[in-house]
Amino acid sequence: MKQRTFLLLGLLVCLVVAGLGSYYASSHPDGLEFVAETTGFREQAKDSAVSDSPLADYQVKGIENPRLSGGLAGVVGVLLIAGLSTALFWLLRRRSHEDESSVSRS
Amino acid sequence: MHVPDGFLDAPTSVATGVVATLGVAIALRGAHRELDDRTAPMAGLVATFVFAGQMMNFPVGAGTSGHLLGGALAAVLVGPWTAVLCISVVLLVQALLIADGGVTALGTNITLMALVGVVVGWGVFALVRRLLPSRPSSIAPAAAIGALLSVPVAATVFAALFVIGGTAPVDPARVFAAMVGWHVVIGIGEAVITGLVVASVVATRPDLVYGARPVIAARELEIREVKVA
Repeated sequence: MKQRTFLLLGLLVCLVVAGLGSYYASSHPDGLEFVAETTGFREQAKDSAVSDSPLADYQVKGIENPRLSGGLAGVVGVLLIAGLSTALFWLLRRRSHEDESSVSRS
Repeated sequence: MHVPDGFLDAPTSVATGVVATLGVAIALRGAHRELDDRTAPMAGLVATFVFAGQMMNFPVGAGTSGHLLGGALAAVLVGPWTAVLCISVVLLVQALLIADGGVTALGTNITLMALVGVVVGWGVFALVRRLLPSRPSSIAPAAAIGALLSVPVAATVFAALFVIGGTAPVDPARVFAAMVGWHVVIGIGEAVITGLVVASVVATRPDLVYGARPVIAARELEIREVKVA
């Protein structure tokens, strides 16, 4: 498989998981929340300072339909992470004129 | 396992913030050696997959769920330094835009999921890889075992942090037992996802799997008899 095909297929998988699959994710508390509840420190949790963000709790603010709102938040999140992280890694990469030995000496 | 604001006191959060900052700073230097024109886009995809995977909570019984942490997966696919950055980028966006994990708890979450998750996931993977036969089919099982252990160890570190700097008086033994118990089960899910994803990438593009490089190099150096004339 060509690398470009592989990457596009991978991105598609991420979009499907975050955009469509996430609706079917378990809504039960996760391990930490559950332990906090049963051992008595759940109440200590404070609302995040960004709890009114347009993407808070994986829901797009203002969209009522939970499937649409959650799916859209997933898609926006995926595209955001893909853009941010690829840009970061592209900036950090070894340029082709640097060989590995010169890097490991630095 | 995203820790919200308020669970840990300020000194503990500052301390984990310092640990996280140092860890990410070292990873920024280390990742330079792992990333090139071919692996940089792959690393972006891995971070994106971890984000998507973290949205898929799976039930683990008794009204509890778990989700991928991704440290072992990312380390095997793109290398441990880059993996620390992959998970950190995901946690940063989650903390600042999605309110998943507290803002003051970002250092704690990076310490637990990016640093502990990657160090344990990669360390165990590398150890198991050495014990298994040196061939591509050993990579996915080794990754799964690394993933399996990374989750309860991260949970143990959280429990230790809570005993040191938790904001509520609790019975330390109960918190340790509950955190480890549940996260062993969640670790099984982590192992299954990690094993399947690594196996698929090894099957399609083994050259893109950082952790498979030694076994692929070994194969390329195989000496074969060639008939001449």
